[in-house]
Amino acid sequence: MAIQEICRVAQNKQLGDGLYQLVLDAPQIAAAAQCGQFVHIACGEGNLLRRPISICLAEGVALTIVFQVKGSGTEWLAARAEGDTLDVLGPLGHGFDVAALGAKPVFVGGGIGVPPMLMAAKCARAAGAAPRAILGFRSRGAVILEDAFHAVCETAVTTDDGSYARHGFVTDVLAEQLADATGVAACGPKPMLKAIAALAKGAGVPCQVSMEERMGCGIGACLVCACALKGENGETRYGHVCKDGPVFDAEEVEW
Amino acid sequence: MADLKVNFCGVELKNPVTTASGTFGFGHEYGEFFDLSELGGIGVKGLTPTERLGNPAPRIAETPSGILNCVGLQNPGIDRFIAEQIPFLRQYDTAIIANVSGNTVEEYEGMVEKISDADVDLIEMNISCPNVKCGGMAFGTQPNMVEEVVSAAKKKAKKPLIVKLSPNVTDITEIARAAVAAGADALSLINTLLGMRIDIESRKPILSNVMGGLSGPAVFPVAVRMVYQVRKAVDVPILGMGGIRTGKDIVEMLLAGADAVAMGTVMFADPLAPVKALGELEEWMDAHGVQSVRELSGAVEV
Repeated sequence: MAIQEICRVAQNKQLGDGLYQLVLDAPQIAAAAQCGQFVHIACGEGNLLRRPISICLAEGVALTIVFQVKGSGTEWLAARAEGDTLDVLGPLGHGFDVAALGAKPVFVGGGIGVPPMLMAAKCARAAGAAPRAILGFRSRGAVILEDAFHAVCETAVTTDDGSYARHGFVTDVLAEQLADATGVAACGPKPMLKAIAALAKGAGVPCQVSMEERMGCGIGACLVCACALKGENGETRYGHVCKDGPVFDAEEVEW
Repeated sequence: MADLKVNFCGVELKNPVTTASGTFGFGHEYGEFFDLSELGGIGVKGLTPTERLGNPAPRIAETPSGILNCVGLQNPGIDRFIAEQIPFLRQYDTAIIANVSGNTVEEYEGMVEKISDADVDLIEMNISCPNVKCGGMAFGTQPNMVEEVVSAAKKKAKKPLIVKLSPNVTDITEIARAAVAAGADALSLINTLLGMRIDIESRKPILSNVMGGLSGPAVFPVAVRMVYQVRKAVDVPILGMGGIRTGKDIVEMLLAGADAVAMGTVMFADPLAPVKALGELEEWMDAHGVQSVRELSGAVEV
C-alpha cells in the first residue's frame, strides 16, 4: 500500500563527490518498507516529476536514502537541510525476495546501486542467513557505505581503476564466491547486472536484479518505465520497473 | 454549496473532473490514494482491438513544466478490459469513459461497436495518438480522414461518442467541424503536442521513439486557446484537457468553453491533484458567488 507522507529531514550528510545520504523521519513509510523498494520524492517547484530513490535502510521511524546528484531534481534534494520537509510517496515497487536467496546469499552493488543492498543484506542476516556483500565503485572517491556493510556481513570492495581496495569488477569476486552461494541479488548499471545474471545462470544459482528506468508516476499507472521481459513463445513483453519491479528475477529479464 | 453537476451528452457527471486517458491506467493505482467515486469520470488507458506491447524504454523525458511520452498505447486489448476492468471500475460511483483506437477505419468501427455493448458511459475515440505508426494521429490531422473515420464509427455507436482531437494541426476548428459534421456527440482536446528532446552528451534522442507527446502545465495555454476556438466553431459539449493543475485552472478551462475537464500529468507530481483541484474549484465558486459550474462554461468575456 503506497503512502504519501510529509517527512522531516533529520540529517543530510555528504558521503562523497556528488553523493548524499538523507535520513528522513518517515514513520509510516519506514514501518511498511521492504528491502529493494523505493520512494518517489517531489523535488521542488521547477521539477514536475518526482525522483525515484531506492531505500537504503528503514529502522524505526528513520528512512535512509543515498543518492547521486545527476540533475536539477537531485541537486535540489542535496540542498535540503535538517528540519526541511519532503513530500514522499512510498514504499513503492516489488523488492527483493530474501527468503528465495537461501542460506548463503551474495548481495552485489555497483556504484549508486550499492545503497539498497545494505537493507537487503540486513534482512538476510536477520532471517538467519549468512550473507556476503560485493561492492564495486569507479574509484576511491565513489566508495560509499563500506563501514555499514562491514558491520553486517563479510564485504569485498572493488574499484574499476584500482585506486582503492581490489582492482577489478564485482563480477571477478562473484565468480570466486558463486561455488558456495545459494542466491545472488544485485543492483547497479545494466551491463553489470547482465554480466551477473549470466554468471549466476552459469552456476545454476537464482539471481534477482534491481532495474532502473526513466519513471513517471512511480505507481504503475502511466506505463512509461518499461522493462523488456521474456514473454510467452519467446516474445518480448514489457513489465514496469515501478510496479512489477524494480526487482525482477534475472531469468525473466530480456537482456 | 456550489452545484458541480454536469450533463455531458446526456450522461450526468457528479462534477466536471475526470482523468485523462493514458495517465490513470484503469484506476487501481490512484485508487490507493483516494476514493475513485470522488471523480466525475475516469478516462481509462487507450484500448486497441488486441493487446499492444507499446514502445521500448525510454518512454518519458522531463521538460520545463511538462513531460514527453512515447508509451505507444500499451494495453491488454479491449476484450480483457471488458472482462477484467469494467467490473472493478463499476464498484465506484463514477462515469467510465472508454478510450478506443484502431489502425484502420474498420478497426475503429469494430472497437466502437464492441465497447458500445459493454457497460461504459461514454466512448472517447482517439484519433490523435502521436506515438503509434498507423492510425492514431494520422486519422486526426486531415479533415477528410476525420470525417470518414468518425462517420463510420458513429454508425456503430450506441453510447455518446467523444472524438479526441490532436493539437498538431494548422487549424483545430477545421478538424472540429469535420468531426461534428460526421456525427461526433462531443469533442475532447487537446491530446499531446508532438515534441522531442536530445541528450546532448550522447547526441541521441532521449525517447526510444525519437519524438513523443508533450503534456503537463507547459501545454495549458495552448489547450485553453484551442478549447476557446473550438467552442466558437461548433456546438457540442467539450471535454477540456491539457496541463490542468489546480481548481483555478479548471475554472479557466471552463470559461474557455469546456463543459467538463480531464486531469492527467499533474497526478505524477501529486496523486491527490484531482481531489485537491475539486476542493479548490468549490472554494472558488463559493467565494465568487457562482451557483453552478455550468454557468462558467464558455463564459469568457472577450
